[in-house]
Amino acid sequence: MKIPESFLGYKRENKRVGTRNHVVILPVDDISNACAEAVANNIKGTFAIPHAYGRLQFGADLELFFDTMIGTGKNPNVAACVVIGIEPKWTKKIVDAIATTGKPVEGFSIEGAGDIETIMKASRKAQEFSQWASEKQREECPLSDLWISVKCGESDTTSGMAANPAVGNLMDKLEPLGVHLCFGETSELTGAEKVCATRGATPEASDKFMKTWSDYNDFILKEATDDLSESQPTAGNIAGGLTTIEEKAFGNFQKIGSRKFIDVLTPAEEPKNGPGLYFMDTSSAAGECLTLQAAAGFNIHLFPTGQGNIIGNAIEPVVKLTGNPSTAVNMKEHIDLDVSKILKREMNMDQAGDELIKTTIRAASGRLTCAEVLGHKEFIMTKLYRSA
Amino acid sequence: MLKISNKEYVAMANTDIIIHDEKDNVGVVVIEKIIPNQDCNCWVMENDSSVQIQSKNEIPLGHKIAMTDFKEGDTIIKYGHDIGKVVKSIKKGEHVHVHNVKTKKW
Repeated sequence: MKIPESFLGYKRENKRVGTRNHVVILPVDDISNACAEAVANNIKGTFAIPHAYGRLQFGADLELFFDTMIGTGKNPNVAACVVIGIEPKWTKKIVDAIATTGKPVEGFSIEGAGDIETIMKASRKAQEFSQWASEKQREECPLSDLWISVKCGESDTTSGMAANPAVGNLMDKLEPLGVHLCFGETSELTGAEKVCATRGATPEASDKFMKTWSDYNDFILKEATDDLSESQPTAGNIAGGLTTIEEKAFGNFQKIGSRKFIDVLTPAEEPKNGPGLYFMDTSSAAGECLTLQAAAGFNIHLFPTGQGNIIGNAIEPVVKLTGNPSTAVNMKEHIDLDVSKILKREMNMDQAGDELIKTTIRAASGRLTCAEVLGHKEFIMTKLYRSA
Repeated sequence: MLKISNKEYVAMANTDIIIHDEKDNVGVVVIEKIIPNQDCNCWVMENDSSVQIQSKNEIPLGHKIAMTDFKEGDTIIKYGHDIGKVVKSIKKGEHVHVHNVKTKKW
């Protein structure tokens, strides 16, 4: 197949391109969720991203919180952003950082004003942003404006056989075109970590990966109260035939095809070394991983599943594919691309990769994904430790 | 690395089991299930070869079958790599899963 040269995206002020045109009402903290949701309810064409944190965090955990909030607002899928927090200082910090993209953003703090007055003021601004964003048009953009993140979930043995290598085939074809790519799931590479380390494009990247994996593994071993077999593989993985974390890891690893990663990112860190494949240190919980990848600026996500994970994301469209013929039928409303014919040998990996490229470009150009249509807007903060 | 032949597949005898790598000592059931004493067609992805095996158990879609006899302490190879250790002896054609294989990691 000749790979299409372009997709239709929204060109942003900072030269990045969005696959969506969201106007987001972003609460800074848990107690501002009600206000943010009231604004989103008032003003059509907007939505709130409620979450559980943002109070009394400190140190590295606080930094990650800010990186996640700011990165979410900066993501090119967000056209404009209203930020609402209880206190002015943290609200302003987030607003100022999002404003560096050049996109419209304004902050409101509730303390001293109360919910009702804040809702009124923020609603007026949200209305202005919503109507402004509604006039934005999609334009033809090169595929190199795609920043594609990947993560698999509810995996089974069909994941490693069909859906994950289909993603790998897409990576092999799109990376030479200048696309940014990102995989994560530090804990779920356990068992394949030494093989994964050999995929570093430089000795530095390989070393950085091994250090990241070792730190995570040490943390898991320190906190584990049993042998972790209850969590990894999950009950769903085991039902699908996956026996050990090593088997899961080698299946997982198929998602990067034959690519090499050029750098290792900390959670939510924006890639700065140009196009290519990046590894990000993330949890393997889908909601957390996707939220971190979206906060790093990735604008479309590919999610292979075996037994049928239903995850979406607040700002990144999630394209889901499966190689499990039962899942493709029984959970078809969640599946954007069925590659189960690979199991019957009626489809080869080259064909599956091509189909996935077509599905990805359609979704990037505006076709709503199953997760979007079904209302999945998961936004899950990674919390490193207890708050003060 | 998993490799799959890019050439067009020709319609052929149904494949019941797929083996990722020629070094693998387990295969994965890719039909709804196989039943005891079923003669199964296995396809090796890596080198596009075929082998036969007779099953000893019922094994559902996505689950593994032993391609050889294993004794306790042996290593299961899939994707050409070590994916765990045998904790209870397994006969060729039997179901390989959490009841007879365990991780070496935790």
